[in-house]
Amino acid sequence: MSGPVLVLVEHAAGEPDRLSLEALAFASSLAGSLGADVEAVLVGPGSAGVAASLGGHGVRTAHVVADGRLDAYAPAAFASALGTVAEARSPSAVVAPGSDRGTEVLAHLAARTGLPMAANVVSAEPGESWRIVRQRWAGSLLEDATLDAPIRLLTVAPHVVEAADGAAVPAPEVVSHNASLAEADLVVRVTGREAPETGKISLTDAKVVIGGGRGVGSAEQFAELEELAGLIGAAVGGSRVATSLGWRPHSDQIGQTGLRIAPELYIACGISGAIQHIVGCKAAKRILAINTDPDSPIMAVADYAVIGDLHAVLPAITAEVRRRRG
Amino acid sequence: MNVLICVKRVPATGGRIVLTPDGQEIDTRYLGFTISPHEECGVEEAVRIVEAAGGSSAVLTLGPAVAEEQLRDAMAIGIERAILLETDGREYDPIATSAAIVSAIRNHEAAHGTFDLILFGNEAADTGDFQVGIRVAVALGRPIVNGIKGITMADGSVTARREAPGGGWETYALPLPAVLGVKEGLNLPRYPSVPGRLRAKRKEVERVAPSWSQTGPVKLGLRVPEQQGAQVEILGRGPDAAPAVVDLLERIGALGS
Repeated sequence: MSGPVLVLVEHAAGEPDRLSLEALAFASSLAGSLGADVEAVLVGPGSAGVAASLGGHGVRTAHVVADGRLDAYAPAAFASALGTVAEARSPSAVVAPGSDRGTEVLAHLAARTGLPMAANVVSAEPGESWRIVRQRWAGSLLEDATLDAPIRLLTVAPHVVEAADGAAVPAPEVVSHNASLAEADLVVRVTGREAPETGKISLTDAKVVIGGGRGVGSAEQFAELEELAGLIGAAVGGSRVATSLGWRPHSDQIGQTGLRIAPELYIACGISGAIQHIVGCKAAKRILAINTDPDSPIMAVADYAVIGDLHAVLPAITAEVRRRRG
Repeated sequence: MNVLICVKRVPATGGRIVLTPDGQEIDTRYLGFTISPHEECGVEEAVRIVEAAGGSSAVLTLGPAVAEEQLRDAMAIGIERAILLETDGREYDPIATSAAIVSAIRNHEAAHGTFDLILFGNEAADTGDFQVGIRVAVALGRPIVNGIKGITMADGSVTARREAPGGGWETYALPLPAVLGVKEGLNLPRYPSVPGRLRAKRKEVERVAPSWSQTGPVKLGLRVPEQQGAQVEILGRGPDAAPAVVDLLERIGALGS
């Protein structure tokens, strides 16, 4: 019997995060090939409650590392906690979500143990030598590779595996562990927070995202995108051109060096579709491109298109939404 | 303040990536080369920190001899010294890369003093390994945090901020010497001036021969992912398409009740 597949599950406000649920789905299929179990690892306050809710995601055992010193996120300390569970369980693999924190914590564990780590893995096939497929260039290219180590460390690429629906099944057994932290593990930790702008819908949570590129023309003209977004509860983002020109804050950038979004609908306005942008939006269920050029690269990934000037099309859409609502 | 920025030469990919026939590399015959946007911001930040606080700045890369071009680009905007860990063009895995960088930093520091701050891009644009900076920091026994979009230097410490999960920002305070993984958005990098380019041409590049090893992941080959292949449905032309777009919004429940 192979050792279990350990999965680092991030959580906030009593809920597991979406990429962590995707990582659990990835791990379930990997564990199936290995004939092994999926075991979750949760760190920080509220872990026990979230741990008990993971049965529907294939988790048989959930390990909780509880320690007041882990209340604030601290990358090295979280890696130490994950390492404590790994030492106790002799896993085949340790899997983390391909989020900022998941990746950072696993890289720390890799550095501490000297083990290789594969980031943004799309699929893994265990065997004498593990065959993996991972993303390069943020997903514009795939790499076929082998990963051989006593414990395979890998992060799961965002939005390539669907999370399970989490239907009610027996709750996992929850096992508590004591952290064994060194002073040095706690040097880097969150010491301050600034709340997000109130009322702003996050680009990663919004059902509909409206993105603007060079075709928008100026910061002021993003008002047309904002108006429609306000009406339908959408979030507004931009391409790298839009953020580099200062039309949008950098935190709104969709693409390789910004966010990767996965809404129900992405409306790309005046965006030609450089690969660096496409990798950020291709996980959208549907893409609607509004562009004057029917041959622009965005059309190759779009499901729907309106050929025309966004400055004429968007106000017409906004007016039509208002008309239907009476 | 002594600051080091580590960069990586990568092809400047445009609309479509084409691979060599053996699937081992990107076909770069028609491409220029650059560094990632994260690293461009790191170069700019290193220059700004030294402009404000004094000290010296250096840039380091591991790559083939032609990667000297990226070192000179960094020197053209104001980095003073350059270190090239010159490879024969082979790909170094993250463990080999970080070991070579650690060894070069130790040697350099023995001769010139400690780098108060070492900057990395959050991840390399090409391999996207997300770990070299962390491996280097852990080996050097220095604190590191990734994803940084704001840096404030103080006496003996650095305050760094990054986007928090779920929105907003979180801050970290690190004692120096420290290491940061930075992201695009940290600043707006300047363009090199002509005199800057000329000065950079004359500067010396320190060359080091790094050692190679392979732990993994071991690359077998690269592939361009298949496009989802869905045929695009034209909803219409110009403002007349608005009703069809709103029908779509209705179908996915975006108009609410």
